[in-house]
This record gives sequence, structure tokens and C-alpha cells, in this order.
Amino acid sequence: MGRKEMIAMLLAGGEGKRLGVLTKDLAKPAVPFGGKYRIIDFTLSNCMHSGIDTVGVLTQYQPLVLNTHLGIGSPWGMDRRDGGMAVLPPYVKQKGGMWYKGTANAIYQNMGFIDRFDPEYVLVISGDHIYKMDYDLMLREHKRTGADVTIAGIEVGWKEASRFGVMHVSGDGKITSFEEKPKVPTSNLASMGIYIFSWTVLQQYLIRDEANRLSGNDFGKDIIPAMLQDNMHLHSYQFQGYWKDVGTIESLWEANMDLLAEKPALDLNDRQWRIYSVNPNRPGHVAGPEADIVSSLVTEGCVVEGRVERSVLFHGVQCGANTRIDDSVIMPNVRIGRGVRIYRAIVGEGAIIGDGVTIGSPDVQTITVIGSDECVTASHSLQEVEQP
Amino acid sequence: MNRNLLGVINLIHESDELESLTAFRCPASVPFGSRYRLVDFALSSMVNSGISKVAVFAHTKYRSLMDHLGSGRHWDLHHRQSRLFVLPPLTDDGNEVRRGDLFHFYQNRDYFNRSDMDYVVITRSHMVCNVDFGPVLEQHVETGADITVVCKVQSDLLGGTARKVSLDGAGRITGIQDHYGRLDSDLVSMEMYIMRKELLMEIVDSSLAQGKDHLVRQAIMGRLDELNVRSYLYDGYLGVVNTVESYYRNSLELLRPDVWRSLFFEPGPIFTKVKDEPPARYCSGAKTSNSLIANGSIIEGTVVNSIIFRGVHVAKGAVVRNSIVMQNGVIGENCVLDRVILDKDVRIEPFRELRGAESVPFLAGKRKVI
Repeated sequence: MGRKEMIAMLLAGGEGKRLGVLTKDLAKPAVPFGGKYRIIDFTLSNCMHSGIDTVGVLTQYQPLVLNTHLGIGSPWGMDRRDGGMAVLPPYVKQKGGMWYKGTANAIYQNMGFIDRFDPEYVLVISGDHIYKMDYDLMLREHKRTGADVTIAGIEVGWKEASRFGVMHVSGDGKITSFEEKPKVPTSNLASMGIYIFSWTVLQQYLIRDEANRLSGNDFGKDIIPAMLQDNMHLHSYQFQGYWKDVGTIESLWEANMDLLAEKPALDLNDRQWRIYSVNPNRPGHVAGPEADIVSSLVTEGCVVEGRVERSVLFHGVQCGANTRIDDSVIMPNVRIGRGVRIYRAIVGEGAIIGDGVTIGSPDVQTITVIGSDECVTASHSLQEVEQP
Repeated sequence: MNRNLLGVINLIHESDELESLTAFRCPASVPFGSRYRLVDFALSSMVNSGISKVAVFAHTKYRSLMDHLGSGRHWDLHHRQSRLFVLPPLTDDGNEVRRGDLFHFYQNRDYFNRSDMDYVVITRSHMVCNVDFGPVLEQHVETGADITVVCKVQSDLLGGTARKVSLDGAGRITGIQDHYGRLDSDLVSMEMYIMRKELLMEIVDSSLAQGKDHLVRQAIMGRLDELNVRSYLYDGYLGVVNTVESYYRNSLELLRPDVWRSLFFEPGPIFTKVKDEPPARYCSGAKTSNSLIANGSIIEGTVVNSIIFRGVHVAKGAVVRNSIVMQNGVIGENCVLDRVILDKDVRIEPFRELRGAESVPFLAGKRKVI
């Protein structure tokens, strides 16, 4: 096997507890997003555009949908003779197997995979974020500074900062402190969970971390603080552009709505940086004689007879006559009857919404979530519909 | 059973009055129905019928066809057990390209001889339909026919031209005539023939030996007395797309929900080369009704009764009515388009007005700037 300069390890085992019913049967990276994608498509497309052709995808929670989606990596050009995509679930060893205990342990358990490619650098990313980023630029920065690890960071609002790992950096970009999810953040430079390690350094720390029984085996909580304590060279790479963690119902909904702006911060139509996915192969969508669609994304295979405003319709959605959908995300193959009203909702894959049903309300700010394959008929009251 | 059926999409001398739509592509690769090419219908029908080996007898202007078909991946024909063979004329003499299709069958006889299948289905690409060849083969075997022709009862071909067929009381074909013939029949030949491989090889050898080199016109139409040629009645949607008028009118038929559903989904889905375009984007001032719209398009203006292909941009204030805009078309601000067909990559500058007539839509060739 030829040597690779950098390979990527993509953490895709996230359960996504905060996404409630949406992750009942699938892992967070497999949650549908943006009309035709799944969340993980963004990171995989980034890898492809950054010239990374070897990606280990670490799966754990509910992998069926995710595995089917990934296949052999063809949509991202990763069906390769050398390298390509490998799905790496936890497995049983001679002395008994175990689940991935944490993000660092997941990589630790797959050191053999990484060693096969004898890489100089390892990119550690997760499949939970929506963004477009050229990892090659980050690698150049990593090489230029000669750091042991480079961590991508982005400035976030002070209110949000406590949801992330926050960093303090010196004038030349060196990281001087790192705090995972601080109660009172002292910096608003958040770690994006994107790390480039020099492999020899990471190897050492993974082994040390594994030996430490008190460790949570997590990059943000254990590996990075340990490296800081040892006065290793940690560098920050400041990212500018759209980046969104879609770990909650609100942020998932918001990120979908962000795509509907007249000039969206994340442009899906950018032909230089296309987002690749598995294509469902459906005919163009039909806008019926009475259809009225504005400020929305509509995917192939939909049949729209009603009014759709500021909404995202995935492939194969049917929307009956006299129906009104506002500010909502309708996932694949949802069937919506006639005279339905849907406000600020996320409707899961394959759900059926009967004639005359009202979901959500124009006056309520919370987002209503309908789980996949649920059937909602007019006799259901709003309260019976599962709330996040 | 269909594992026993070999597919051939015969593009040799395919009927073509598609004007500038086929100026630099063969009819098989003419874009149709918002994201397909004509060949997708025959090819998907074959694949959905369980046919695992399909040969495309490419003839002329097949560059875009090769690009479209690629390795056959999008039709699942790129495996150890399933293959797509694109077979262009095997010739070093320009005159040979003009010879009839039997000559090309003869040149590619290895394709038939090497396979261990007993039956062959031969189709064209200009018949827009969704056929399950399973029942056709079943009927073929049951009736003991030498050749079974897929036909449809259809009196109005919306401007397309097709051969007419007459039957005797027992379902045997007694006559086949070209569209301008006087045969009074509303039974249309869909130019899809199932026969045993040996019979095909016999037809090829004995016809060529007699100086005849046209499969249908000479070898089949000329031997109706001798061969037991029977019809299979297809009752799904059929669009005969070989003239500009029939291209236009059949395209607009797709706006009927029953046609959309039956043609694209029943009995199986129509596959095509995927493009990884994002969902269609409707902007705040968009107005759309009764239209078919593919991914990657951006609609800022008004679209009515129209077919919009992948990656089309309809700018603010523009009005597109009763029109077909192919891939990557750009309709400038405040344009008015009515009864227009725009080939790929056409750009209409702002404030233009273009109008055609129903049977004579205005047709703009590929990459034109108007």
C-alpha cells in the first residue's frame, strides 16, 4: 500500500440524543439535511475537494442507514484501489471487544488502520457539522508552523460559546489554553472539532491516554489538555465562513432555513464546491396548476399542489391541494394530504399527514417534530404530536 | 426468464426529424423530460425487466451518447454479471456507415454468439415509454411466434411518425407499413422486436446474402408471409419522439400527473446519469404553475406550463410559458418566452421576447446567445 501524506478519520458514531425522534433509527450524521443530503455529506465532500482520498468512518450508534448511505464511497470518489473509504465499527478482539469509549478511544482502536497507510498527518473530523472547508489549506498552515496539532477555530457568539471547546490564542496563533464546554467562557474562539495531528505525536498521546484509567478518552477533554500541559506546540487555524453545529432540533431547523436566504451563506449551487450525496434518481418535481412556491428548496420527485413558503422539501414529498407549508423541513417521501397547515415543523422521512391536519401554529415559536413513518390524522390533537 | 434475454438498442439509421436538436447528437441522446435523454427509456425498461446485457449500436454523432452512458453505472450495468456494450460501426470505409442495420448486426455478431442467452430484444431509442419485457417474452414463448413486435393502439401520435401495423383475427401481423403508407390502422409499431437469437442470426446471414441490409423494412416486412410475426399490446404511455412537433407536444404531456407517474415510475423507475445538482431553488418573487422542474435550477421569475431542466436560471421578471428550457439555460431579466424550445447552454439576454407556434415552436440551438 502506498504511503499517504494525510488520511482522515471521521467520527460518525454520534447518537444525537438532542435530535429526539429524528435519530430514533439512525445516527446523527445520517440525518437528512438541505433537501437531498445527509449531514455527513458535507464533511465527505470537503475531504474530496481537499484531495483526501482515504477516509476511515468510525460508526457505532444505529449504523444501518449510515452504512447503506456510505456504501463503498462512490458518490465522493472514494471507491479506490489504494485507500478510499473504510467504515470502521467497533469489533471483537481476542481479549474481548468493546464499544468506542470516546472520540480518542475510537481512533486508538483503529491505529492499525491508520498504520497501513503510514501517513505523516491525520485529520480528525466529525460528521455532525454543516460547512465547506478546504482541509488542504489547513494542512499547509500546519506544515508551515510545524505544530504538533492544529485545531480549526471559529468565532462564535458569546452566548453560544459555552456549548463548545473554547481556546485562547497568542498573537502568532499558538493556543495557550483550551477549555471544553466552560460554564463561563473567557473566549469566543470555538474549536470546530477539526484537528490535524502529526501522526507520530498523536500515536504517543493515544497510547498514553488509553493507559490512563481516569481519562474519558475524548479529544477535547483529555488529549488536547494533556498536550497543552506538556507544552507541545498547539496551533489554531482560524476559519472564516459558514459553520453550523446541527446537534439540536433548533439548530438543525435554523441551518435548513439559512439555505433559503436570497444570498445564502452556504451556497449549494456553487459548482466549484459541489456537495455530493447518493442521488435518489427521481424525475423533475411537479408544480401543479394551483401550486405557489416561494423562498423554498424543492427536490426531484416532489408533487406540489399547494402553497409552500420558506420551506425545504426533500425528494418524493407530496403536498396536496389547499395545503400550506410555512417555515418547515419536510424529509423524503412524506405524504401530505389536502387542506393541511404546517408551521415551523420538521417532518421525518415517510410520515403521512392526513387531510385537514394542522401542525404547529403561526404564533408559537417552538418547532414541532413529527418522527419518521408517523401517521398524523385530523383526530390527533397537537399535544399528541411528539414535541422535542 | 429474462436472464435469457439479450438487449440491443439499435441506433442505426434511426428516424430523425428533430432539426437542430440532433445537429451534433444522435436522437438517442436528445435531452427529454427535465433530466433524461431519449435512450434512458429503452435502457431503463430493459434493466427493469431484468436484462443484464445491453448493446447500444451507436451509429453517428454518438459523442454525447458515450458521455451519457459511460460505464453503464447509472443503470447498474457495470458489474461482473451485467454489462453495457457501446458498439459503434466497425469500419474504415466511410461508405459502410450508410449501409443498413443488418450489416452492423453482422459486424457485431460476436456480441450475440458469445452470449449464452436464447432470446434478443431489439429496440430503438425514440419511443418514450416504460415497458416490462417480461410479459412480452412470456407471450412470445406461449404463442410460439417467430417474432413478437410491441405495439400500441394510438390514433394521435402528436406529430410523431411511426409504422402502422395490421393484424388478422388471431393476432398475427399481416401488414406493416411506413407512416405515410395507406394502411388504415391505429395500431402503431413501437419498433421493439423479440425473437430467438438463432433466428436473428439466420435473418442477418440470409438477408445480407441476398443483398438486403435492412432488418425491419426488408427482412421482417418482406417475410411476413413466411414468419409468424405477432403483436404484443402495450398499454402504458407512449410518446413517439422523432419530430420537433412530437418532441414539444410529448414533453408538455408530462405535465399531466397521470402521465408523469406512469411514464417515470410504472412498472419501474427511469434511470439517467446523475448530476449531483442541489434542490431547485425558488426565490421570493417566484411564480410557478403546472411545470416540471429539475434540480439545480433557480427560479426567480414566472414559469407556467413548462419543462425546466437541471441547472436552469430564470431571472427576476422573466416569464416562461409553454416552453422547454434544457440544461444550464439562462433566461435574463424580464424576458418573455412562449412556445420555445431552448437547447442546452442557451442564454437569453434581458428583455428579449421569443414566441413560437404550437406545432412550430421556436427552437434555439445549443449554446446560442439571443
